[in-house]
Amino acid sequence: MSERLEVKKTYKLYIGGTFPRSESGRTYEVQNSAGDFIANACLASRKDLKEAVVAARSAQSSWSSASAYNRGQILYRIAEMMEGRRVQFVQEISQSEGISVEEAEKQVVTAIDRWVWYAGWSDKLSVLAGSTNPVSGPYYNFTIPEAMGVIGAIAPEQNSLLGLVETVAPIIVSGNTCIVLASSRAPLSAITFAEVLATSDLPAGVCNVLTGNKEELAPWFASHMDINGLDLSGIDEPSLLSEIKTSGAQNLKRIHSFPESQNPRRILAFMEAKTIWHPIGV
Amino acid sequence: MTIFEYAPALESRSIVSIQPEYGHFINGTFAKGSHHFPTINPADEETLSHIALGNSQDIDAAVNAARVAYESIWSKMPGKERGKYLYRIARILQERAREFAVLETLDNGKPIRESRDIDVPLAAAHFFYHAGWADKLDFAGLGNSPRPHGVAAQIIPWNFPILMLAWKIAPALAAGNTVVLKPAETTSLTALLFAQVCQQAELPDGVVNIVTGNGSTGAALVDHPGIDKIAFTGSTEVGKAIARAIAPTQKKATLELGGKAANVVFEDAPIDECVEGIVNGIFFNQGHVCCAGSRLLLQEDIADEVLSKLKVRMAKIRVGNPLDKNTDLGAINSSEQLAKIRDLSKSGDEEGAERWSPDCTLPNTGFWFPPTIFTGVTQAHRIAREEIFGPVLSVLTFRTPQEAMEKANNTPYGLSAGVWSEKGSKILWAAQRLKAGVIWANTFNKFDPASPFGGYKESGWGREGGRHGLTAYLKEAESNNE
Amino acid sequence: MKYFGLVDGTETSLLNYLKSLSGVDQVGAEARAAALATRSIKTSAKKFAIDLAISMVDLTTLEGADTPGKVKALASKGVRPDPTDSTVPSVGAICVYGDMVAIARQHLDLIGGVHVPVAAVATAFPSGRASMAVKIQDTNDAVAAGADEIDMVIDRGAFLSGRYIEVFDEIAQIRAICAGKAHLKVILETGELVTYDNVRKASFLAMAAGADFIKTSTGKVAPAATAPVVLVMLEAVRDFYQLTGHRIGVKPAGGIRNTKDAIKQLVLVNETAGPEWLTPTLFRIGASALLNDLLMQRMKMRDGYYASPTYVTID
Repeated sequence: MSERLEVKKTYKLYIGGTFPRSESGRTYEVQNSAGDFIANACLASRKDLKEAVVAARSAQSSWSSASAYNRGQILYRIAEMMEGRRVQFVQEISQSEGISVEEAEKQVVTAIDRWVWYAGWSDKLSVLAGSTNPVSGPYYNFTIPEAMGVIGAIAPEQNSLLGLVETVAPIIVSGNTCIVLASSRAPLSAITFAEVLATSDLPAGVCNVLTGNKEELAPWFASHMDINGLDLSGIDEPSLLSEIKTSGAQNLKRIHSFPESQNPRRILAFMEAKTIWHPIGV
Repeated sequence: MTIFEYAPALESRSIVSIQPEYGHFINGTFAKGSHHFPTINPADEETLSHIALGNSQDIDAAVNAARVAYESIWSKMPGKERGKYLYRIARILQERAREFAVLETLDNGKPIRESRDIDVPLAAAHFFYHAGWADKLDFAGLGNSPRPHGVAAQIIPWNFPILMLAWKIAPALAAGNTVVLKPAETTSLTALLFAQVCQQAELPDGVVNIVTGNGSTGAALVDHPGIDKIAFTGSTEVGKAIARAIAPTQKKATLELGGKAANVVFEDAPIDECVEGIVNGIFFNQGHVCCAGSRLLLQEDIADEVLSKLKVRMAKIRVGNPLDKNTDLGAINSSEQLAKIRDLSKSGDEEGAERWSPDCTLPNTGFWFPPTIFTGVTQAHRIAREEIFGPVLSVLTFRTPQEAMEKANNTPYGLSAGVWSEKGSKILWAAQRLKAGVIWANTFNKFDPASPFGGYKESGWGREGGRHGLTAYLKEAESNNE
Repeated sequence: MKYFGLVDGTETSLLNYLKSLSGVDQVGAEARAAALATRSIKTSAKKFAIDLAISMVDLTTLEGADTPGKVKALASKGVRPDPTDSTVPSVGAICVYGDMVAIARQHLDLIGGVHVPVAAVATAFPSGRASMAVKIQDTNDAVAAGADEIDMVIDRGAFLSGRYIEVFDEIAQIRAICAGKAHLKVILETGELVTYDNVRKASFLAMAAGADFIKTSTGKVAPAATAPVVLVMLEAVRDFYQLTGHRIGVKPAGGIRNTKDAIKQLVLVNETAGPEWLTPTLFRIGASALLNDLLMQRMKMRDGYYASPTYVTID
């Protein structure tokens, strides 16, 4: 009896709730730390990014108008689904990042916990960043934080799952939608994470995951006029950072890189403060 | 018919004494400038004084003074003491309010009624408000012991010279930064008078530095390696240039830029107050207001009624000598701005919109433009998309609330918006959907130091005013970053 | 022509008409009134405004202690406010209780004040709490005694409880009595209506029912003729003119005690209803103490130094 042949997984992009291949038909080899082939990943093109932005924009209004409680529940549900995929995450991370199973295990549980931490913020943000303002005059004046719109993100190379979680969760918890470019070197857990999203209740288009080359795609993130903000925590090269910030000025994108991993600042950086005045009278 | 003519009621200008020439205010003293340019009264083109044209050496001296003051005094001073300086400044501004108001009106062209009742009192209020923050920064929302950025470069526009100065300097100093401020080219005088206030308040040398000049002076300030933070109010174009200029650096920036605010009037609006709001929205300060309600969106079934009332009301707007206490609409700030307003208005004519202005006699000298509305405007017209920054209102109509929101948000700007309805739920519905940083519901163009101000999208970065504005001048203590 | 085609006399049509009125935002209305109060009226404009204001004063005494002597003194003052200066115009009217109308009229005619009208408060002034029969009789008496103007009060109780048709019918009935003989001023008593929405609604109700003037107050309730209330009423007459082509007058009464207040009222008229209303036939100011302050300010303008109450007559 011959040995059973394993059914290998095809890793694809995640755009608008579906798993397409790159429109360019391009892929690249994902290797382990020893340089051995693990899988082929899609090498997303600027057109894939364009499609992802369309998906993110069309999902944004209804996602941000869902109740904060509802968003919190959906995000928590994602954590539940991640927990169910723990073994798969550990295996992928350990393999592609070249770290021990124990270290990978630690990263995965930290990622799940961090996701839960961010999920819980959904209905507390206006307490944190909102205010009623005592203006001198017969007006009720209040400020509320509001989702910014469509946010692009370049996830860190290291800690492929945890970095992704710390990038995506703070962006979408407030009602933004996002397009995230996964770690180029270790993208597999990101696609598995996309499968988690697909099987949770997160509406299609809220989070779109691309794999590919950040030097190639980051400038297109920067110049895209329908992206409102960028999380560049995954970019360390000063020259690329500077280039992206320069290009992003064309529509005054809010561009941030975060040293901190667990801080509501990451959420608030992609929210706008809206101040409303109304007379008080009879 | 009896005609009730208001006799001239001129505010006396004897309260101000303007020197023939001014230098920069650096390190607590007035330094002589190398080159000077004239500053004029836009209402009659009289040369008021000569202003120093700051160059990179002046900027360098000012930034160095600010750095020394930051390192040696201001960053070490307890917040309680910093706050008392701000309180002093607030009080002096109140004491010298009339002087500031008259000088502002002379230099800027805005009506004395506005400089006296709005600009100057609000400027004092900003210092008073932020004075109280100086010793309470631990409660600003950035954790314990937040830190100032260091030296703040502040570049302000000509539409609200002393008020924008206050918006910039008050929070910067409260948070513990020192500043180099560059006033707008055409409106430096109240900033230079403010320098005297700093002296009267015995503010330590170098904490506030004021370098006058033009765009190149501002660029030199932005590019100076010694600054840590930029606060700019002005055009979106320059805002983007600043964003590009600082891209390779660690400099932080807040930008308050342009707008093309929709003022949305629903059929159930309180019509008379709404007409007042429309007038205040676009004719306040000659329409030189980034958050002006320059796109009026009228629900079709009330459009005729509102327009007819608006025209009657516009006929009452008193255009003329800004120093007259009964003037409602003053002079356009500069010939350049007047040319821009004329150019865009001409495009409105050419693109088929219908122009209307009440009969009004404009003075022969100075820069003037009558209150103007364009009807029959569509979203595709230039006058519906570009910021005119003058007393020119574009009127559009809509049929359903959904359509109103789509049109209102159909702009790269997002600074402010207005909504008028007596139906509370509709107000909240619209306020939720309008993509703008400030929503005025059943009112317009209201400002307060406690109220955050700033825009979405291409209207800028960050907020000014309130706790939100203060935090732009602070960063978290290092220990808070995991 | 009946009711200007706005209502047909039925409750349904009245309710629909009142419902069609836009609301008034309190803060916005007060802000507009406050802005107009900053108008600076100096020199020639002030002189003009003072004389105009004098000609618009409804010189009023409405006291339980009124006597023929008091009323005659008031009438004399109304005809010649400043006995030393013949350029001072007569006031707009002498305003008294119904039982004093004949005395006022006779005295005015006697002293050369034929041109000065007599206004009588009626319809169970100031509360309006009496049967319709009493109100009709009250009005009939005043008209019969020679009143040129009737200042009636509305039934605020009926208005506040939504019985608008009762208020409307009362005005229409009093209007019928006045027709051809006396001008009808309808007092809304805005201090009891409380909201500007109510002021606007009551103004339109009174105008549709046939008021020649709408008047703020009896003078017996505070607040009375505040600037925003007058603003809202001036907006109402302006809008009513647009609607019907009829100009209705406005009379603030109560609380206007000095020249500054009076000039502010004239500015409100000028910039709200418009200059067409700057005439005693369309704007009156109900007052008593105001006249002497106007006279003193007039002396100051004339003489260049401040006047003393010693030199103006008290009555």
